[in-house]
Amino acid sequence: MIKTYAMAVHDVMAEEMRRDERVFIMGEDVETLGGVFGCTRDLYKEFGTERVRNTPISEAGFVGAGIGAACAGMRPIVELMYMDFTFVAMDQILNQAAKTRYIFGGNAKIPLVIRGQQGIGRGNAATHSQSVETFFMHIPGLKVACPSTPADAAGLLRTAIRDDNPVMFFEHKALYAQKGEVPEDIDFTIPFGKADIKREGTDVTIVANLLYVGRALEAAEILSGEGISAEVIDPRTLVPLDMNTITESVKKTGRLVVVHEAHRNAGWGAEIAAQVTEDVFPYLDAAPIRLGTAPCPLPFNLGLENAATPQVADIVKAAKTVLYRI
Amino acid sequence: MIEKDRARFIYQTMNRIRCFEMKAVSLFESNKLRGSVHLYVGEEAVAATVCSQLSEEDYIASTHRGHGHCIAKGATLDGAMAELMGKSTGYCKGRSGSMHIADLSKGNLGANAIVGGGIPIATGAALASKMQNNGRVSVSFFGDGASNEGTFHESLNLAAVWKLPIIFICENNLYGISVPSWQSTSVKDISVRGQAYGIPGITVDGNDVEAIDEAFRTACQRARDGEGPTLIECKTYRWLGHWTGDPQPYRTREEIEEWKQKCPIKRYRTKLIEQGIFTSEELDGIEKEAQAEADRAAEFALNSPEPDPAGLLDDVFYEGGAQV
Repeated sequence: MIKTYAMAVHDVMAEEMRRDERVFIMGEDVETLGGVFGCTRDLYKEFGTERVRNTPISEAGFVGAGIGAACAGMRPIVELMYMDFTFVAMDQILNQAAKTRYIFGGNAKIPLVIRGQQGIGRGNAATHSQSVETFFMHIPGLKVACPSTPADAAGLLRTAIRDDNPVMFFEHKALYAQKGEVPEDIDFTIPFGKADIKREGTDVTIVANLLYVGRALEAAEILSGEGISAEVIDPRTLVPLDMNTITESVKKTGRLVVVHEAHRNAGWGAEIAAQVTEDVFPYLDAAPIRLGTAPCPLPFNLGLENAATPQVADIVKAAKTVLYRI
Repeated sequence: MIEKDRARFIYQTMNRIRCFEMKAVSLFESNKLRGSVHLYVGEEAVAATVCSQLSEEDYIASTHRGHGHCIAKGATLDGAMAELMGKSTGYCKGRSGSMHIADLSKGNLGANAIVGGGIPIATGAALASKMQNNGRVSVSFFGDGASNEGTFHESLNLAAVWKLPIIFICENNLYGISVPSWQSTSVKDISVRGQAYGIPGITVDGNDVEAIDEAFRTACQRARDGEGPTLIECKTYRWLGHWTGDPQPYRTREEIEEWKQKCPIKRYRTKLIEQGIFTSEELDGIEKEAQAEADRAAEFALNSPEPDPAGLLDDVFYEGGAQV
């Protein structure tokens, strides 16, 4: 069935709440408004306001409450209006949710999903446009998912809700309206730690996530017109990370470009470039290139926002650079 | 007057906590125990009395000064001491130590080394209890210092608007490490902060078992009746430094001595004899038993194996294994 990315997220939450009464949603404006981006639209009508629960603007409080509820047998989905707001609740995420199971000696499980949207595309400027997924792959104990299509959103979110660990689930505001085929199977899941080859190719490996999968595919199309065959890989989850698919691709192409909307400095692309360099160095025919957002807060002005973030032409150029075609 | 069985539990628990901690101090001083050890000596009445009214299914969330809560909620001294010594037989397999000890099987959501960190978690457990309609309550223990953290205020508000079955217990021991509460806290009685959230707030003598018992009974009933949270401030005092080795330049010997005269254990002992509930010999027996148990716990911990580094990455995730 063809659905938007937002609808895929919406429907999976509804299906999982029907399937398991322990699942509930809480967050800012999730009830009558249906969330600022519509991902919980009308769910309160079916599930009531106990299970589709408006919270105060109180991120540390309700993220922490999600942890406590998870410890006590519920399976909360905590919606943050913007994933930029994770930082308001950062202690609860990093010091509590991520560590609880381990420091309890394995005697607890925290089936908690913290989800919401992030990224550029709506002129939300510095504090509402960031891509913050990298922060969460640095801390052991959190899983990190970043879907780039409606089907991936559905399959990964269902896996996240059924997972017994805390999962950070990053949607992208500029993808919500994107349409695509989504399987109707209410048990359709995509396992974590399984990258998806979005386009096969032989000359250069381009790794991208979220909005940048689409941009990488556009770049691949342009490159193909110039006789360059690019392989585009979406890791889909950063924790666990499917390095095998990436290294196998690099062994074939000998070239690596990583592109993401997260800041380039110490972004997740750096981790991938480092692991590829460590693991399959002899196969590399060129130094990997990382593309990411410039080291400045995201500016409001559209021209400046574009200047700060990698464009399709930048990806094309990077691919040609690792192929010594520039 | 507290009924005999519960009075025994309270007196026994206060003594078990005291003996456990003094044993931990001696192990620390002989370099057999490392890390941060924050002692509850002088404050035992709060944990022992509150937990005497809870069942195993009720939840508590504790603090960096958490030995007392952990023991009062049902931990064995063996498992607790082994955890303080980082041994594989500890409650958390030696991963947590004093500051993070937890025992979820007894409803203990853990000590919490981030000040105020456990308050939203206790609130969430109360939310789960309400949604599951299982009659359980949560108790969030925290200190005067935590009442200046955002999580305290956010949690009181959340619990109030959702009418959650939770009791917030502020153990006001008058200092946040070295900073006296008059210097850090805008109100003399922290309990008045309940008013800001439309919930009852009450201050009691935290070294008086019966005063705590009465205030907590009312609050617990209110929580179990679905009427929402209560904030109880227990004024008390930590006899020892913030940590083992704290030189304490911020307070006088006289002040410490004055509070030692208000020892909650001695006070309750006198009361129990006055009330004719126990004889002095019976109470001596309870004390000796507690001391012997603490001694055995130290032996158990000392003789327990170290955790195997092969298990380093176990339990990072539910299914086990490393991060990536």
